[in-house]
Amino acid sequence: MNAAAIYAVEGILLVSITSDITDSDIIELQELLSNRIAKSETRGVVVDISALEIVDTFVGRVLAQLTAIARLLDAETYVVGMRPAVAMTLVELGMYLPDNHTALTLDHALEKMRSAGLISGISRRA
Amino acid sequence: MTEKVLETTLQVLKEDAEGILVDWIDQADEDGAKRSDLFSEREGRDQAASMLRAFRLGVRDTSREGDFDLRDEHWADLRGILSEITHERVERGVLPGEMAAFVLALKTPLFSRMSQKLEGEASKLIEEILVVSKAIDAFAIYTNEVFIAEREQIIERQRDEMLELSTPVVELWDKVLTLPLIGTLDSLRAQEVMESLLQAIVERQAEVVIVDITGVKTVDTQVAQHLLRTAAAVRLMGARCIISGISPKIAQTMVELGVDVGEVRTRSSIKNALTDALTSVGVAIRAIEDSPRSGK
Repeated sequence: MNAAAIYAVEGILLVSITSDITDSDIIELQELLSNRIAKSETRGVVVDISALEIVDTFVGRVLAQLTAIARLLDAETYVVGMRPAVAMTLVELGMYLPDNHTALTLDHALEKMRSAGLISGISRRA
Repeated sequence: MTEKVLETTLQVLKEDAEGILVDWIDQADEDGAKRSDLFSEREGRDQAASMLRAFRLGVRDTSREGDFDLRDEHWADLRGILSEITHERVERGVLPGEMAAFVLALKTPLFSRMSQKLEGEASKLIEEILVVSKAIDAFAIYTNEVFIAEREQIIERQRDEMLELSTPVVELWDKVLTLPLIGTLDSLRAQEVMESLLQAIVERQAEVVIVDITGVKTVDTQVAQHLLRTAAAVRLMGARCIISGISPKIAQTMVELGVDVGEVRTRSSIKNALTDALTSVGVAIRAIEDSPRSGK
């Protein structure tokens, strides 16, 4: 699978979604991500969708699902880099993603996670 | 029979074009189509002369074919001249009625000459007058259509300008944007507002957005819906939305309508919203301590 990649950054997981992601890729990603969260005991997940130009209800639902899965595994999900057109489409579709945290960029997300105490590798180990 | 149609008209026009022109302008003045404050006598005369020339050419070609239709090729010249004159006069403020009266005044000199020519041939006169009358009426209507088209263009342009003007996104501070909404918020405008706001968030990397509705006259369920959608889209982008300028009256209406703003923050004034926004980006406005005015 190369349509999405998961990186470990500063004790959180960064998921980068490319523009040509297919529905089966997304399902694969869901599987992979839940395993990675459980294994790494991370408390934060950042989903970067800045490459995503088109969304439909499926993508919207999967985003919500990823969030719900991550939350069950004790991790908060931040969606970053949403394009204006994508935001408008999601609102149009009635998918407000109420459980997702959102941030403008990865930087903003990291800052928010730091202040929420999600990135605290040292204190977790202590 | 058809080939004889407009024959007398053409003859009259050929024989006494100058006389008709003078009488026409006199008649038009009498009918109240003269606006010496808006265009000079000479201009009016030149315009009338060129119209009369085009009219004669049109009559000539039509009398060969026998059927009148303003959309015909023969009338292309006259149509051009009519719309040109109308366009010019609209810009100077001539009323549509005056323009029509000016065109219609052509009937009087034309008909009086025709009735002299066709004395004793009442039925032929009536037949010919009917056709000419129809033609001149069509011209008058045409000038009105040109008028309306011009107005429509102006309205269209102003509407576009208004749409653009009415969605200014202002950067109040680093990472703080505000969008003062004024007037009514229909679906088209709401879409426009949302688009420019989201675009501005990306461009300025804004973290907080204040949507101020002080200038919005009424908030019904639809307007509230638009506002909440905008707020939701802003949140999806990763910024926070504060709705400010909610008057007591609007607050009451919203509750009566059962509008639930959910997690969207609302503030009564833009002042409170600004304080709130600045706090969340880590700055504050405070009084200058040794200012002579701060002690009061």
